[in-house]
Amino acid sequence: MTGTDALEPARPKNAARAGRRVRGTATLVVGCVLAGAIALLALVSLFWLPFPADDTSGGRLTGPGEGHLLGTDKLGRDLFTQVMTGSRIAVEAGLGSVLIAAVIGVTLGVLAAFAQGWLDDTLSAFLDILIAFPTLLLAMLIVAARSATLGSAVLAIGLAQSAVVARLARILVKRVLAQDYITAARTSGTSWPRTVLGHVLPNIWPTLVVNLALQFGLAVLAEAGLSYLGLGAPPPNASWGRMLQEAQATFTTAPAGALAPGILLVLLVIGVNLIADGLRDTLDPATRRRRT
Amino acid sequence: MTLLDVRGLTVRTGDGRTLVDDLSFSVASGERLGLIGESGSGKSLTTLAVLGLLPDGMSATGSVELAGTQIVGAREKQLTAVRGRDAAVVFQEPLTALDPLMRVGRQVAEPLGRRTGLKGAALREAVGEALAQVRLPEPERIARAYPHEISGGQRQRVALALALACAPRLLIADEPTTALDVSVQAEMLDLIDALVREREMAVLFVSHDLAVVARVTDRALVLKDGRAVEEGTVHDLVRAPRAPYTRDLVASARTLESALDLRSPR
Repeated sequence: MTGTDALEPARPKNAARAGRRVRGTATLVVGCVLAGAIALLALVSLFWLPFPADDTSGGRLTGPGEGHLLGTDKLGRDLFTQVMTGSRIAVEAGLGSVLIAAVIGVTLGVLAAFAQGWLDDTLSAFLDILIAFPTLLLAMLIVAARSATLGSAVLAIGLAQSAVVARLARILVKRVLAQDYITAARTSGTSWPRTVLGHVLPNIWPTLVVNLALQFGLAVLAEAGLSYLGLGAPPPNASWGRMLQEAQATFTTAPAGALAPGILLVLLVIGVNLIADGLRDTLDPATRRRRT
Repeated sequence: MTLLDVRGLTVRTGDGRTLVDDLSFSVASGERLGLIGESGSGKSLTTLAVLGLLPDGMSATGSVELAGTQIVGAREKQLTAVRGRDAAVVFQEPLTALDPLMRVGRQVAEPLGRRTGLKGAALREAVGEALAQVRLPEPERIARAYPHEISGGQRQRVALALALACAPRLLIADEPTTALDVSVQAEMLDLIDALVREREMAVLFVSHDLAVVARVTDRALVLKDGRAVEEGTVHDLVRAPRAPYTRDLVASARTLESALDLRSPR
């Protein structure tokens, strides 16, 4: 580290930046632990579940314990099994939506940033309309056109989010394109595709990654909302949203059915938001440690 | 042989304002021409127009011939081929002219690799040589650094190494010393002078500072509000300025110099 310090000009800002870095790392660790625990639950659910999803042998609304870690629901299904399946669906929904949003959003955003005149205005207006269009309505349209599956929900959420990502990417790319180093790269004969890949994308990446992490949390919430309304993954795949909806009527007598998915949902969303915060602080290029 | 031939270059904004007006000059191979003028006189726009890199909304008319290629109205593909190979630029502000997220070595490697076709260890070695040529200490360490980790003078040397890595026939220096301390300025000018002499490169040197231009170039063009007001050898411009604006320039440069004489201990 001493070699790095010798290089660093003595700037008063550095101390504050270093502090932000340390805090950023701590936030990142806590976020990774929270989200990682749920991701692990989801991973395990792919290979092993305590009970089959349609096993109703446990008796209705039993409390936690006695072979059922969290008890059973009103049909006698094991709650922990459902929570595990739900975590898998939540992670899938988050990853799927963010993947769609990233691919469509960044592509559209970069293209929009290069557009000029009326094309630029049209694209911006189109994105604004897409953002104003309610995700719920979009989801209902897609579900009506296809069927109520997890895929439909993810597609709807991903499309809605790609408009947000595209608008952000457009602004970021425009800002980077106005920088001198882009002109400098162009004067040395770098072609546009190489400039975008080599200079533009790396420079918008830190901000974009932070936003995509936030979008992940929002996608998980949106999927839970859609499932709550019956527009998400169909039974017997227990999504947290549907578990909440099913446990609503029996909340006073058997609160575990609502608390378990509710708490996990909150933990996952807080986890990815902490990751986003931590990334924002650690990805600051001026504080990034030199890899030598 | 004429390397750069500018005839009747006019740059207009989208709303019709004329920023560079009917400018004509030429630079022969190995020749050095200074462009002098205050900020807003159209110096920088002229250099950008020479490479077909005018900002959005601005348009150029007239003729700019760079090494036989007509730049005005040329296709992007032709321009990309010309840039770097025939002319490269060193910009005024070295911090913003370098990609903040890319290690210095990789930035130099980009044009260098493209021109020489070197890869891997050979390319790394060539980058080290390129950085050593602009007299950077510890070129290996600098190559691994990010732009914010090195000093302003070092950054400008890197920018110069970047431009020279293209081995252009014309080096365009757009106020390359303005952002630097006076002591670093002199070193930088000597460095440009020496490196260009070795390579027999032509130079288009843009500055608002008559003294700086006088140090590097032999011939200069004085710009005012986008128009050329006077052209001639630096010697003649300083000794016998004809245009009123040139006279002002020379007079103010002299005033500054004499202020230094008066205050220096005898």
